[in-house]
Formats: sequence, structure tokens, C-alpha cells
Amino acid sequence: MRKFFPILLLSFTSVIFIVRLVFLQFVDHEQYAEIARKQSSKAEYDYPQRGYIFDRNGKLLAGNQASYDVMLIPKDLKEFDTIELSKLLNIEKEELQKRINRAKRYGYRRPSLIASQLTKQEYAYLQENMFKYDGFYIQKRSLRDYDLDIGANFLGYIAEVNQRIINKNPYYQSGDLIGKQGVEEYYEEKLRGVKGVKYYQRNNFNNEIGSLENGKYDVDSEKGQDLKLTIDADLQAYGSKLMINKRGGIVAIEPSSGEILALVTEPTFKPSILVGRKRSRNFTDLWYDTITKPLYNRALQAQYAPGSPFKILTGLIALQENVVTESNTVSCFGGYSYGNGRILGCHHHVSPVRMKSAIAHSCNSYFSKVYLNTISKYETPQLGMQKWQEHLKSFGLGQYLGYDLPVGRKGFIPDSSYYNRAYKYPTYKWYGTATISNGIGQGEILTTPIQLANVTATIANRGWYKRPHILKAINNNPIKDSIYNVKNYTTIDRKHFEPIVQGMKEVYEYGTAKWVQIPGIEIGGKTGTVENKKVIDGKVIQLEDHSIFIAFAPIDNPKIAIAVFIEHGYWGSRYAARIASLMIEKYIKGNITRTDLEKWLLENSPKEKYDKIDFMVKHDSILENLNFNE
Amino acid sequence: MNSTFFKLDWISIILFFTLVIIGWSTIYSTTVTPLDQGLFDLSKPYGRQLLFIILSLVIIVLVLSISSKFYERFSSIFYILGIFLLFGLLFFGKTINGQTAWYSFGSFSLQPAEFTKATVSLAMAKYLSGLNIDLKQFKHQLNVFLILALPIGLILLQPDAGSALVYFSFFVALYREGLPGFYIFSGLLAVLLFASVLLIGSLFTALIVVFVVAAILFYKTKTRSSRLKPLVVGIFSLAFVFSVNFIYNNVLMPHQKERFEVLINPEIDIKRSGYNLYQSKIAIGNGGFTGKGYLKGESKQGGFVPEQETDYIFTVIGEEWGFLGSVTVIALFVALLIRLLYLAERQKKPFSRIYGYGVFGVIFINFFVNIGMVIGIIPTIGIPLPLFSYGGSGLWGFSILVFIFLKLDSERKTLGS
Repeated sequence: MRKFFPILLLSFTSVIFIVRLVFLQFVDHEQYAEIARKQSSKAEYDYPQRGYIFDRNGKLLAGNQASYDVMLIPKDLKEFDTIELSKLLNIEKEELQKRINRAKRYGYRRPSLIASQLTKQEYAYLQENMFKYDGFYIQKRSLRDYDLDIGANFLGYIAEVNQRIINKNPYYQSGDLIGKQGVEEYYEEKLRGVKGVKYYQRNNFNNEIGSLENGKYDVDSEKGQDLKLTIDADLQAYGSKLMINKRGGIVAIEPSSGEILALVTEPTFKPSILVGRKRSRNFTDLWYDTITKPLYNRALQAQYAPGSPFKILTGLIALQENVVTESNTVSCFGGYSYGNGRILGCHHHVSPVRMKSAIAHSCNSYFSKVYLNTISKYETPQLGMQKWQEHLKSFGLGQYLGYDLPVGRKGFIPDSSYYNRAYKYPTYKWYGTATISNGIGQGEILTTPIQLANVTATIANRGWYKRPHILKAINNNPIKDSIYNVKNYTTIDRKHFEPIVQGMKEVYEYGTAKWVQIPGIEIGGKTGTVENKKVIDGKVIQLEDHSIFIAFAPIDNPKIAIAVFIEHGYWGSRYAARIASLMIEKYIKGNITRTDLEKWLLENSPKEKYDKIDFMVKHDSILENLNFNE
Repeated sequence: MNSTFFKLDWISIILFFTLVIIGWSTIYSTTVTPLDQGLFDLSKPYGRQLLFIILSLVIIVLVLSISSKFYERFSSIFYILGIFLLFGLLFFGKTINGQTAWYSFGSFSLQPAEFTKATVSLAMAKYLSGLNIDLKQFKHQLNVFLILALPIGLILLQPDAGSALVYFSFFVALYREGLPGFYIFSGLLAVLLFASVLLIGSLFTALIVVFVVAAILFYKTKTRSSRLKPLVVGIFSLAFVFSVNFIYNNVLMPHQKERFEVLINPEIDIKRSGYNLYQSKIAIGNGGFTGKGYLKGESKQGGFVPEQETDYIFTVIGEEWGFLGSVTVIALFVALLIRLLYLAERQKKPFSRIYGYGVFGVIFINFFVNIGMVIGIIPTIGIPLPLFSYGGSGLWGFSILVFIFLKLDSERKTLGS
């Protein structure tokens, strides 16, 4: 018996050893292999150049410049002279210590950003002294460089990723840069390229001892792709110039393609102020400017009532619904009475009018009447309203347009359920007259400038549009087979557009914009004036009207469709029509013949009005804008 | 000499040298760098180990050329010599890593504790093979314990608890020669209870003890004495269970406590006290089924596992040769050990048999403690993997230990008949 005790010991030992090895080398193998790989490797990142951004004619909108960041891997940190390093980095000693502690919290083995975007001089000096600071190293990145320094509102900007992004997307690490807003955000993955990484095997003294498994896990960096935008840099710059001291937006679209030619918003800022070490201070200033809101992209985000240009749509729907023909006339006695002695006022013009001249003279009576006829054509106002709303939706109104920029608003097109709610149907009934201001583009309707520009392009095309978009080509390969190449047809037959277009032409020939004609170019346009109110100190105050204008040219074979919106710009033709006219001339002719007009725009603006309103808003306790039905 | 040559047990020798060669190639893998030139580069552990292996061949030839009677006759002298060497360390020893365990000769050092394994084995075999020695008698037990206690005490003074632990392996031989089972049983029971208290706490352990004792009492109620034994064992066990925490907190040194803590909770303090075990498990786990391939271990190349050419050499086998290699090495050790047992049992002379059991015990405990520690089933105890780990003293000590036995075995017939 005693002879077998050693055998028992051996068997017992062998079984335990083998079971344990099974656990280590089979069950938990992956987990240990992962740790082994990680701890024995050091990652070196290679940040590729971000893709360039060009305008439609190949002018460089956004290029690159080299930038240097100081990074830290806390694990490798050794004692060093904090005072000396803080001097080199030009930051306070306490601040440096704070950043080191933050880096330790972020991860002992992961690189953290300590100081960003050093100048070339700082870099050169620091590079010589870097050997004194174990754990610190300099990471080269590329920053944006703006030649023309325009288009901040559609280009967007580059910023360091925050913790939220890092948690959400494992591609990014502390100190990495990411596109924010505009094209930089929307096309981030194309622009950034692929960050390269090389893993070096290293020992526990941190010396590199060759590449990890012959580079099996390495990734080659790929340069970002160059984007060619649909923007015309000259037109864009010219639009910004004309918008001096004004607030509002300009959107210009090429009707045949849906390409956005210009996307101007004012007030704005130069993209170059968000580059380099001044970036965060400048950004804070922009962010906290809640009065002029420079970060607010008015061309895409501002929702205003469209005003008179909407009459065109009222007319088109009425023609389609057969409640009026182009030769039917409506009498206008300086206003439209819709019961109980309530009258919708009108401008002075000949009476009676038909479609063409109603547009040319923006006759309120005419469009109120045809609107009412449309709504009441059906058994119930609900049905009529539903039909009307469907027609408008086919123009891209009341919904996101689907363009390739990250911000936007839906606007608002009321439908029957909206009025049912508002008027507590079926307890109370409502009729078309209750919604009559819709017919002339006031009321509850809200549109963004880009939606209006798209409507204009749709009219220029006589019934269809391609989704507005800003990307023309990637690495010089034009965008094909995308949603932006599809024609979206409206519910209005092509034949109904001609009388409308003629009316818009007459706006320039005899109507509200006859004094901003461009010699040699036939233009179709429509002025607008939008009432607006603000609640200030609890009182509703009627403010100066918004000035609005839509236009396209040439009438046959249109090259440009444009919508201009000037906040508190008085009536349509004062600022908006002038700007639209100059923009069209600039785009089609390339140069400006009416320099007096241009000079007037550069010298005049509703600045006094803004100052007055800003003063009131600043001293108001309740900030609420009636125009933004939210 | 010629007759000895043919009578040697070649199976043991082949197993012995297979392990030595695998051990050397593993040392080579851990310490080779691309700039090295030649295998005999004495500035490198693998170069020196090669020299040690060659010298061990000389030692083996010497050991084999001496008559087996010589070992038996002079075993007491060898023992006393060994004790003097250990004692002398207190005055002339060289201190490396806090242990005064070496005699230094220029650039080489000798560790006497590696050689006293053989001398103590000889002395034990000599004493126990005496004509009227009966291990049932307490007087004889005491003498044997004294033979063991002397080297253990001197080695603990170095202090080298790992090497001292090796001498407890002689209980395997003592048990075979008639030492009452009580010693082995209570020793194993103590280890079991100690581990149990650390893992599941004293209360649960005590409950288990009570339950087991009650079960035995319930089924074995034939005689009074058969009832008394489990009861006594149960009471002592309970007393031990409740004193474990006291022992743990007051007897063990802080670093020894840490070794238990990291074993029970591997995630604890992986940067400091748990570092060795954590890295050791990563390396072995990284190996997977077939391993990373010879010379290609990531953890090994990174040098993350400490002492990987000595105490942690098995991690390199685990990482580079994977499960297959690890099991092969374990199987080779088991084969050698079984062969040694077989040889011991076929001895006619008690001296040879007892010595053979001593050899088995020493190699087994080194094998068990070393690999057990590396794969994280027993606490860290710094002893080398026999025949594998880098070091001349260890290799020579084991060569002498094993080949004296093979010499005894080769002359068994002439002596026995």
C-alpha cells in the first residue's frame, strides 16, 4: 500500500497541472493573448493629411498646415523638472500638473494630449529638450489652412475629440482631431483618411525590440480624400461681401443639378480663427454671442414665414386643382374682404387681375381668393387642406431636404390635423377663411432659405428638382448614382408653370423688381415682405418686416436659382432684390456693371434697426421669438 | 567501469538528458539576442549553462567511477561535510538577492544547498537501513527528524524557505520505510485546511469538518476505538481551522502573506506583489494550444516575466510550445519519476531503495512546487525546475543525486546475490 503513495502523488499532480493548463491555454487563451499583445507593443500613430476641399472651379477652400502636439503616456513618466517643461510649453505649472493627472485618469498606457498645436518655433525648441522628459513625445498632425478664408458656415471646423466621442467611436483617441459642422463633419470619414498605426514589440524597460508579429496588426495610413464642392468661391465671397452689416442668408442653386452654388449666412466668422491655439478662446466668444449668433447657419436653420414668394405656390396649386385658369380674373379693390368686414390689404395696382399680373403685382386679393377656392373645392376644409399640404410637400417643404450638411430644419406646413387641434375640432368647426393667411405665405407656414431656393429651382425647372447638395466630386470623381442625381417631380403639371414663370418675369419687367433688371438677362423673380413680431417684456411688438426675394435666370435654360433673406430688411426689394440681382449678374456674367447698386449695398444696411432690437432683446427678461414656432 | 556502463539504466539517463537539453534550449531562447556570436559565449546564461552541462558530464563520470560501497560507507562523512558547508555560509557566504546561499569563486558561485540534497539522502538511507531501526519507535523518528532538521534550520538561516521545503520531501521515503501515516496524513490535512480557510473562510471550513466527522461517525460505529479516532482528528482540525487566521496574521511574513493573497485574488496588485504570477499566467495563456513557436514568445521577448531562465522557465515552454509542449515536459518529468520509483523498488538493499526514494522525493517536490507556482496553484516559492533552470549548482546537485542512485542500481545484482 505504501508503495503506491508516490504514484498517487504523481497522478494527482499531473491531473491538476493539466486541468490548470487547459484553463490557461484554451479557456482563457484569447484574453491572455490580448494582454500579451498589448503590453508587449507600443503603438506609433501616423496621422495622414486631411483631404483638401476645393470649390467647383478648383479653388482651394481648405488646405493643411503642419501642427505639433505634446502627448504623454503616463506609464513611462519619470521624475522631471515640471517648472522647466511648463515654461517650454508656455503654460502654468499647476495647469501642467492638472493635465498630467487627467492623462493618468484617462489611462496609464494610452497617449493623452498635454499641449496642442504648438507653433513651429515652440516645436523646434521643445524637440531639442524632449529627451529630458520620459513619457512625453511630440505628435505631428495636420491642421487646416484657409487660403480664401471664406465659407465657415458650410466648411465647418476641426476640433479635438471629446470624451463622449472617444467612448462612442473607438477610432478616436485623446488628442485626435475631428470635423465639426459643415462639410468637415458630414464628410469626416472621407476627409480624415485612415490613421496609420505601427505596433512595436517592446520589453518591460520600454525599449523597442522589433515589430509586433511582423506587422500583422499594423495599419497603413491613407491620405484623406479631396473633396470638390459645388460652391462657387467667387460667388460665395461676393455674397458675403454684399451681406456686410446685414443679417440673413443667401442660397444659390444650379437648378439643373441641385448643386449649391453659394450658401451665405451673416453674421459669420472667418474659418481661420478656429485654427491654432487661439481656437478655444475664439470658439467660446462665438458660442456665447447669443445676439448675432455667428455659429447659427441662417441659410439652413433659420425658419421664417416665406411671405409673398409663396403666392407662386398658391397659384400653381390652384391651377393644378383647376379652381382657376390663367385667364380668370379677380377684382381687387385694394384688399380682400373675407367676412365680418375683415380686409386683407393690397398694394395699388390695376384691377381686375389674372394670374400673371397677380404675381407681378403680388396681389393679396387674388391669391387669397384662389387659395380659398382650393381649400373649399373639396367636401370639407380638412380634405382641401390635406390636398394643399401634399402639393407643398412635393416641393420639399415641411421636411428635411436631405442635403449633405449636418444641420437643417424642417420648416412647417400646417395640415388639417394641425387646424383640428388648434380650433378644437369637432367641438368647433373651421373653414378655409380661418387659414387664409397661408395663401399669401404668412400664417403658420415656415420655410428655411434653402427650402425657398429649392422651390425657386423647381419653378425654374418647371416642375422638378434634384436635392440640393454641396459635394461635387471626391478625388476628382464626380458623384454619380446618388440620391442627388434623381429628379424629384412635383404634383404640379409642367404646363401650369409657364404662366407662373411669365408672371415672375413680369415682376422684373413691370412689377415690384423692375428697377433691379439686369441688361441682357431675362430673370424671373418674386419679392416678399414678412411681418414679424417679438415678445419683449411680455408685450408683442411688431418689428420691421423681413425682406425676402427669390429669383432665377435666365428664364429659358436657367443657370441659377436664388433665395435671399434679410432680417428686418424692410420690404422685399430694398435689400433682398438688389442682392439677388447682383448675385445673378456676378454668376452669369462674371462681372458687375451696376457698380452704383453694389456701392449702395455695401454702404447701407438695417444696422440701426438691429441695434435697436438687440438693445430691447438684451434688456428683456423673457426671450421668445414668435417667428420660431417650436 | 565497462561493466558499470552496460548495467546503467539507460532509460533514466535518456530521460535525464532529454530534460537537460530541452532546458538548455529554453535558456537559449530566453537569453539569446541577435548580436550574439556562438553558443559558448560565457557572458550569456545559455553559454555558461552549456559549460555547466559539459562539466556535469565530468562530474557524472566521476560519480559513476566510484564504487557504490564508498557512498554507503562514507555517507555520514558526506552529511557532516554538507552541514559544514551550510554552516560556513553564515561566515563566508555571498549574499545575492538577500539570501546568503552562495560561495563565490571569482565569477562563479556554488550553492551548497543544492549538493546537500544528495548528502542528506545518503545519510538518511544509511541511518534507516541500520539493522534495528524501526520508524514506529519515537526515538528513531526523533533521530531521523534531527538528520533533517539540521540542514533545514541552516538553510532557513540564509534565508531560503524554498530550498528548506525540499527537505520535507524525505517524508515520502520515510513513509515508505514505515513511518506512521499519522505524519503524512496530518501534514496533508493541515495544508488542505489552511487552503480551505483562505479560500472559503474559517466558518465554512469548520462546518465541512463537522459534517465529514459526523458522517464518518455515523457509518463507522463498530468499535469504540474506531469512533474515537475521527473525533480526535475532528477536534484538532477545528482547533487548527480557527487558528489559521492567527497563524496567517502573526506567523507569516508580510511578503509571504502577499503570495497567498495574489494566489487567491490574481487581480490584486498586478503591478507589484501580483506581478510575477500575473505575467507568468499571461505568458502561458498566450501560448494557446501549439504555442507561439520557438524563440517567438511575446512575453518572453518583452522580458515581462521575471527570472524566466531560472524559476519561471516553464512560462517560456508554455508560451513558445503551448499546451502540447507543456504537457510533453510534464510527461517527461512524470516518466523520469516513475522510472526512478521503479528502480528504487527493485533494489534489494534497503540503503539503495531508501536513497532512491529520497531522489524521487527531491525531484518530485521541485517539479511540483516549481510548476505549481508558475501556473498559479500554489503560492510563490522560489525553487528551480530541476534539470531545466539555469544554474550550475542545481544541475550538478541533481546530477550527483541521480547518478549516485544509478550507480547503486547498476551494482544491485552483484551486491544482492
